[in-house]
Amino acid sequence: MTLILFIVRKLGGAAAAMLTVSFLVYMALEVNVEDVAVKVLGQFSTDAQRAAWLTANGYDDPFLIRYGRWLWSFVSGNWGESTYYRAPVIDLVPDRLAASGLLAGGALLVMVPVGLFAGLLAGMRPGSLIDRAVSLLSIVTTSIPDFASAVFLSAVFVFWLNWLPGASTMLSGFSFSEMVLPVLVLAFYSTGYLARVTRASMVEVMGTHYVRTARLKGASPARIVWRHALRNALITPVTVIMLQLPWLLSGVIVVEVFYAYKGFGTLLYDAALNSDIRLVEACAMVSVLVVVATQILSDIAYGWLNPRVSLLEAAMGSK
Amino acid sequence: MRKFFLPYLSSPITVVGGLLSLGWLLIALLAPVLAPYDPIKTLMPLAKPGALNPAGGTFWLGTDMLGRDILSRLIYGARTVVVFATLATLTAYLVGVVLGLIAGYRGGRLDAVLSYFANVVLSFPVLVLYIVIIVVIGSSPFNIILAVTFGSAPAIFRIVRGITIDVASRDYVAAAITQGESAWRIMLFDILPNASGPLAVDFCLRLGYTAITIGTLGFLGLGLPPPTPDWGTMVNEGRGMAIAFPHLVIFPCLAISSLMLGLSLLADGLREVSDAQGRRA
Repeated sequence: MTLILFIVRKLGGAAAAMLTVSFLVYMALEVNVEDVAVKVLGQFSTDAQRAAWLTANGYDDPFLIRYGRWLWSFVSGNWGESTYYRAPVIDLVPDRLAASGLLAGGALLVMVPVGLFAGLLAGMRPGSLIDRAVSLLSIVTTSIPDFASAVFLSAVFVFWLNWLPGASTMLSGFSFSEMVLPVLVLAFYSTGYLARVTRASMVEVMGTHYVRTARLKGASPARIVWRHALRNALITPVTVIMLQLPWLLSGVIVVEVFYAYKGFGTLLYDAALNSDIRLVEACAMVSVLVVVATQILSDIAYGWLNPRVSLLEAAMGSK
Repeated sequence: MRKFFLPYLSSPITVVGGLLSLGWLLIALLAPVLAPYDPIKTLMPLAKPGALNPAGGTFWLGTDMLGRDILSRLIYGARTVVVFATLATLTAYLVGVVLGLIAGYRGGRLDAVLSYFANVVLSFPVLVLYIVIIVVIGSSPFNIILAVTFGSAPAIFRIVRGITIDVASRDYVAAAITQGESAWRIMLFDILPNASGPLAVDFCLRLGYTAITIGTLGFLGLGLPPPTPDWGTMVNEGRGMAIAFPHLVIFPCLAISSLMLGLSLLADGLREVSDAQGRRA
C-alpha cells in the first residue's frame, strides 16, 4: 500500500515535470513562427511559401492553442515529420534509443563491478597503498573530459597497438570489437566517480560503532565486511549508479559523435545541426523522460536498501 | 596570512592542484609573451612536433592543417578557457547565489516556484540542455555564457538555498533582525559567509566543468566561432586527420585534462581542510 502510494505520488510529480519541460521546449523552439517556417522549408524558400505553409499547418493560431495541439498529438504518438531524415520522428527514435541503451548497458557492466570493487577495497583500509592508488586514479579519470578520453584510448588501442577499429559505424552489421572503445570511454569517467563515492561510504561505515563492536567480538575481517558493512556501505553507491544514467546520456552524445555510432546521441546531434525542430523536441522529451524514470527507480532502490527511510515519508516529504 | 595558508600547503594534493591551476592562469595571462608565433597565422601546414620552421624557430608541438602553430594555439586557447569559463561560472554564481538567498530567506510561494524550476532544469541531461539552447539562440561567446548560466545556476541555487534555510533560524540572525538591519545586509553579510566553504569547493569543480563544457561544445562544433583558438575546437578540426597526425588532437586533450585535474585536486584539498576545520571547531 505504501509502495503504491509512493509510486503514484512520484508519477504525479514526474508528469508535472514533463509537462513543464514540454512547455519550455515548445516555447523555446516554436514561439517564433517565422523561424519555424525557415527551419522547415529551408533558407531559400520565399516569403509567400512560408506564409502558405504556416497557414496550412495552423501556425496562425495563438501560441497556447498551438502548444495544446502539439502536446496532444505528442502524447497520442504523433511526433511529426523529421525534415532531415524525411521520416516520421516516432519511427526513428526507438531503434536509436535501443542502440544507445546497448552502449550504456555495456558501460554499466564495466563501471558497476570495477567501481564498486575498487571503492570497497580502498575504503576497507583508509590511508593504505591501495586506497591512495584508487583515490588518485579516480581523480584522474573523473578529470578527463569524454572527448579527451576518447582521444587517449583511441591513441593507445587504435594508433599504437592497432587492436581495435577507430570508428563504430556498424556498417556491416553488429560488431563486438566496434563496441569496445565507445563502452570503455563511456565507463571511464563513471567508474572513477563510483569508486570515489563507494570509498567514502565504506570509510564511514567502517568507522561506525557496530563495526567496531563486531571487530571487538572477534569477527573475521571477511565476516565484518560481508555481514555488517556491505549493505550499509552500498546505499549511496546504488543511488549514484542510478543517477549516473542521465550523465551517461550526456556522455553518449560525445562518444557516439566521436565514433560515428548510430545511436540516440547522434540522432539528437544531427537534429540539432540541421535545425530539425520536431526531432529536437522529441529527443529532448525522451531524454528528460529517461532522467525522470531513473530518479523514481533510484528512490525505490534507496528505500529498499535502507529500511530506516520509510517510502511513505519520502513520498509525503518536500522532495 | 601564514596561518591561513599553512593547512593548505601541508597537503601535497592541494599544492599540486594549486600549481597546475595557477600555471594555466599564468600561461593565459602571459600568452603574448609565451607564444612563439601568432596563433591564427598560417606558417607551414601539418608540421610534425619538433619540426624546424624554415623561417627560423621550431614548431615544438607541430602545426595544424591550416599551418598554424599548435603550441601558440594551446597557449592562446588557455586564455579563451580562462576568460570564458570564469565569466560563465561567475554569472552562474551571481544568479544562483542571489536567487538561493532570496528563496531560502523569504521562503513561501516564491521559494516553491524557484525550487520547482531549478528541479525541472536539473532534470535535463546537461549536454542535451546546452544543445537545445545553442540550437535556439545560436552559437556566440555571449550565448555560451548564457547557456552555462542557465544550466549551472540551479545547482548553485540549491546549495545556497539549503544553507540559508539552515542559518536563517539561528539566534544571531534574529538579533540582526531586531537591530533593524536590512534583509539584504543580513543575507549578504550574516548568512552568505556561512556558505563560503562549500561554495569554494563547488566553485573549483564548477569552473573545471564549465571549461569541459566549453571544450565539449567546441568538440561538437557548437562552440566559439573560428578562428578563436579553443582547445575543443582544435580537437574537432583535427579529428578527421588524427590517424595520420595524432599530434593535432593529443595536445589539446592533454591541456584540458591537466587543467581539470588541477582544479579537482584543488577542490579535493580545499574540502579536506574545511572538513578538518569543521571537526576542530
